[in-house]
Amino acid sequence: MAIKLYGSPLSPPVRRVRLCLEEKGLDYEDITIDFSTGQNKKDPLISINPFGQVPGFEDGDLQLFESRAITRYIAHAYADKGTPLISDDPKKMAIIGLWLEIESLKFDIIARKLSYEILVNPLIGKAVDDALVEKGQAELAVVLDVYETRLANSKYLGGEDFSLADLHHIPIISNLMKTKVKALFEARPCVAAWAAMLLARPSWQKIIAA
Amino acid sequence: MAIKVHGSPVSPASKRVLLCLEEKQLDYEFVLVDLSTGQQKKEPFISLNPFGQVPGFEDGDLKLFESRAITRYIAHAYADKGTPLISEDPKKMAVIGVWLEVESQRFDAAGQKLTFEILVKPMKGLTTDDAAVEQLQGQLAAVLDVYEARLGKSKYLSGEEFSLADLHHVPIIAYLMMTKVKAVFDARPCVSAWAAALLARPAWLKVNKA
Repeated sequence: MAIKLYGSPLSPPVRRVRLCLEEKGLDYEDITIDFSTGQNKKDPLISINPFGQVPGFEDGDLQLFESRAITRYIAHAYADKGTPLISDDPKKMAIIGLWLEIESLKFDIIARKLSYEILVNPLIGKAVDDALVEKGQAELAVVLDVYETRLANSKYLGGEDFSLADLHHIPIISNLMKTKVKALFEARPCVAAWAAMLLARPSWQKIIAA
Repeated sequence: MAIKVHGSPVSPASKRVLLCLEEKQLDYEFVLVDLSTGQQKKEPFISLNPFGQVPGFEDGDLKLFESRAITRYIAHAYADKGTPLISEDPKKMAVIGVWLEVESQRFDAAGQKLTFEILVKPMKGLTTDDAAVEQLQGQLAAVLDVYEARLGKSKYLSGEEFSLADLHHVPIIAYLMMTKVKAVFDARPCVSAWAAALLARPAWLKVNKA
């Protein structure tokens, strides 16, 4: 198969790519990388991703890494398939691009640490650092206040249509909704409604059922 | 003037946008935001960027923030002007996209914090955390090892041509070269040659003269 995704089942960045492929209705081969045996530091993955992390991605002879570079490639290369995720209009794409950056540098930077601290640490026998969680929640609240203002004026982050900017949030929001951080989303009505819409998408439901 | 950059002459993120405009040979107005008096946290700037950080950007009625969203917009909207910074070919653009993410997620994560510790803190009367600097240098070295391998195979990060991915690195590289972190670059010949080529670009010299 032309499209191959190297990943692990629960990794949020891998799920970000998987979700994008589902939204586009694309066939792909799912290859699991076993970190416990150091498979991430060996070929085939290490040649695709020199940082030895997942996801790794192939489309024919094209090899990519970094989930948001992969999704952006998929969104453009397969623009005519499945859900539109980007825009040809430079000004509309600029706004989508803005919220792609905000997700990456403002939201995810805090949210992924919270998700890891609360959900992953217990699985690996580490104690949850409550002070770190409190700090993370306070920082995320500031970010979500900006989202609340935006989503009061626009159905989705990039405008009236679902876009790649909304998509990128889904795996981590799904994780955080299983924790006490849920309260931060629920306290903000526009954010809460938007998050609910995202998690209800059939493409996401398909991924979590798998 | 249609294009306005609201920023600070010392801010790396502001410089990233100015460099992009200079490479594209575009006219623009620079509106100073005085960080020393917290102007970025007040009106009118806060309406342009609710996160209260420079730069902010206007092109006619389009308003943006996040330097990498701004540069990406400029690179696409003015693709036919000045230096080509992106590619119309989806596979070539995908590779540029990978290194745009690597700069943002991996290089800048260490680079920006090092700049803050070594150069900014003393200016604010704060003490540099030497342990943090050691740890961040180690982080940067690991990233630059990947860059060394990459630049051993291609002149620039995404291929034989200068692109937006290389451009995004310039302001932080310039600051780091003024510090002991220079040694981390100098120890890697391909990285060192690439960094020197970036800092010698006429568009960069122009940004620094202003």
